[in-house]
Amino acid sequence: MTIIVPPNNQQRISIQKEDFNLGDEVALLEADNHEDGAIVTFSGRVRNKNLGLNVKGLYLEHYPGMTEKSLEKIVDDAKHRWQLGRITIIHRIGQLYLGEQIVFVGVTSKHRQDAFAATEFIMDFLKVNAPFWKKELTEQGENWLEARSIDKNKAQQWN
Amino acid sequence: MIKVIFFAALREQLNCSEIELKYENLSSVAKVKQAIIDTYPQWQSILESASLLSAVNHDMVDAEFPVKSGDEVAFFPPVTGG
Repeated sequence: MTIIVPPNNQQRISIQKEDFNLGDEVALLEADNHEDGAIVTFSGRVRNKNLGLNVKGLYLEHYPGMTEKSLEKIVDDAKHRWQLGRITIIHRIGQLYLGEQIVFVGVTSKHRQDAFAATEFIMDFLKVNAPFWKKELTEQGENWLEARSIDKNKAQQWN
Repeated sequence: MIKVIFFAALREQLNCSEIELKYENLSSVAKVKQAIIDTYPQWQSILESASLLSAVNHDMVDAEFPVKSGDEVAFFPPVTGG
């Protein structure tokens, strides 16, 4: 495995079709990073049930350009709230099947509180502001997912 | 000219991913939407859905946001990533 140490601004945002490896991502957050004692990661996967339907997979669409811009804004907002080291956001697009990884957020900080809070903050705002759309492939057919008010309420709690 | 892009369920409902409009008095997102409806009256009920979101040059904005010639305007349903 080749580890590329992130540049000094220490953030990486990737929208990609390819899968990612959790171990590699943690290694990148750790490599030559002796300032940060805490690493928090979140990863989201395709699960088998939604609203009573048996899910076989997802198709993920996004708005190229705006997606990256909105994620950069979320990262900037997080950095203003907490003292953070490195931040990685990976979001996959295209066809994904049951159990496949969809999203990764990794944050480092000196102490755990900042990294825990920032990881949740980034996911909460990714859910409501980043232009991704999921089409669910179920045994009963295909349908675009509707946004959930619970996600909107969760993001508003940070105000 | 103003480029208008549609995404996800909206794109499928309209069966259209992108159109170009002449920039004539299209000074806000709301006016861009009205110009589209004037050109494609069959899209009216779909485009007037209250939940629809809009963006100008990759920033999420509301209906009164100003638009100028050369801008990229997008309409899309509430987002569902993550």
